[in-house]
Amino acid sequence: MSDAGPPQGAKAPSGGSAAHEVASVGANSAAPMRWHTVWHLGDDVDTDALAPGAYMQLGIEGIAPHCMENRDPAFARDVRPGDVIVAGRNFGIGSSREQAAAVLVHLGVAAVIAPSFGGLFFRNAFNLGLLLLTCPEAGSLQGQPQLAIETAPLRLALPDGRVVACEPVPDFLLAMAQAGGLLPQLRQRLAAQASSRL
Amino acid sequence: MTAQSLAQKLIARAAGQASVRVGEIVTCRVDLAMFHDSSGPRRLKPMLEDLGATIWDKSRVVLVMDHYVPERDDAARRIVRIARDWAREQQLPHVYDSQGICHVVVPQHGHIGPGLFCVGGDSHSPTGGAFGAYMFGIGSTEMLGVVVTGEIWLRVPRTIAMHWSGRLAAGVCAKDMMLAMIARFGMNGADYQAVEFTGDAVRGLSMQERMTLCNMSAELGAQTGLVAPDDVTWQWLRETGVAPLPGDGDAMDWASDPGSFDVQHDFDAAALSPQLAAPHSPAHGVPLAAHADTRIDVAYIGACTGAKLDDLRFAAQVLKGRRVASGVQFLVAPASLKDRAQAEAEGTMQILTDAGAVVLPSACGACAGYGDSFAEGQTVISSTARNFKGRMGPPSTQVYLGSAYTVAASALRGRITDPREVMA
Repeated sequence: MSDAGPPQGAKAPSGGSAAHEVASVGANSAAPMRWHTVWHLGDDVDTDALAPGAYMQLGIEGIAPHCMENRDPAFARDVRPGDVIVAGRNFGIGSSREQAAAVLVHLGVAAVIAPSFGGLFFRNAFNLGLLLLTCPEAGSLQGQPQLAIETAPLRLALPDGRVVACEPVPDFLLAMAQAGGLLPQLRQRLAAQASSRL
Repeated sequence: MTAQSLAQKLIARAAGQASVRVGEIVTCRVDLAMFHDSSGPRRLKPMLEDLGATIWDKSRVVLVMDHYVPERDDAARRIVRIARDWAREQQLPHVYDSQGICHVVVPQHGHIGPGLFCVGGDSHSPTGGAFGAYMFGIGSTEMLGVVVTGEIWLRVPRTIAMHWSGRLAAGVCAKDMMLAMIARFGMNGADYQAVEFTGDAVRGLSMQERMTLCNMSAELGAQTGLVAPDDVTWQWLRETGVAPLPGDGDAMDWASDPGSFDVQHDFDAAALSPQLAAPHSPAHGVPLAAHADTRIDVAYIGACTGAKLDDLRFAAQVLKGRRVASGVQFLVAPASLKDRAQAEAEGTMQILTDAGAVVLPSACGACAGYGDSFAEGQTVISSTARNFKGRMGPPSTQVYLGSAYTVAASALRGRITDPREVMA
């Protein structure tokens, strides 16, 4: 199933910054609730749907407008920074091309929520700073225009007050997503090594 | 110490531990990092420069140009040039340019063997598991991490045993086994765990057929696919001239310990008929009979999955002394130059060209969907691994997946055909 996207005017109240932003991950009580506009994508969204092979010769800016074009042409056009995706089973199955995750980062997607992910895509997403939440009950989010992400424990909050549990994410992966991915972490690691040699 | 599967033994060795627990997160030393023109230099070079970092151990890196060769346009030329320039600049010792597809070329040049822990910048990297290596695919940023540090993290997987007893019938092969398993479990059915192929039917397979099993573990959603090394493996390695490896021979107990499998699924090889995956998913598998007589425009034997020497031989068995149906485009892209040379030397290629085959370069070609692809509305039967909508042509292209036997038999009749009907 593929919705036409969020209804007009359903924009998250807190808006979204132009830069990519990992969904706020902080103490549940402290931060004000941040509402994310939800895109509902279906089951089995494969890496060819996210980053079509015909555009793989291009950079991320070139691939991004074609993300999901065979399944939901409105997505790449209308998705806004800070939006989240709620998908069905097996999101990101297929190839190792990390452009499939990179286009979502480029488009500003703050998190993808699904009952299961392709394993390679799962690693790639965190390596690029994209938060993935494995949510066995993602199906119950169908039709929800907005949600918020809470941590400790990791779960989703809905405007009607309902909460939906997510599977825990190892701390080092959460840290990787928050750092913006593996590259910034490697930079820190190399800098630390260099300074310890001084 | 809990019972250890082959996957666990390989991971434990790479992690420097006596054993590992399922679910445990470990850091492994990488013995081999393989990447190609698409996933490699064009993405690694700028990131390495940005970091001011260098390759941890060039002797453990293999670069293969296979996705964008032969260059069909300026964009491809640019990508391949980056790879060639970088290989020269870095003085990489192991570079295979336009020699064939990485998953076939790299083992054929002796880089993969039992006991090794390997990563590849491509999703079909589990192919290396056929040789008793732990090998899996990763993205370019993660490859950057490996290239800089020589390490990678891993969550120790459960091992799912796919146990095939009995013997395959004539005209039925590893590709059919995989299509049947993918149809049964789905494209993410292996849940990113390790799959080990066991049983008499697997033991009876050639090295290349075992590669097909492990290759398509990717379509099962496994992190890796494994076949425990045996006499077939050792003999192949000797013939290929592979130097003794760390953990060589009997130094390591290769068998999975009793009780180490999370689950075992049993299959009867003798009962397996030729399988077909209908558009647009490798998991749309059905016995071939369900689509028999569907008219085809193109018959394609290609890719690391379906154009190795054994696949070429299967096709030749069907087509010897025959010609494909008029109007059918029969394309053969041998997986490596080495396989092609052997097929030429033994007469297999002659049989295929006499049957009407157009021989294409040994590269990823139409399978990668990066360049040459099929036309609007065409119906294709292909020995490759993936038939996602829009991958090998416009969304209107209908791609059926089958074995090289099935592709050849279908080319012969111009419609989807059970190879057993046309094999003597």
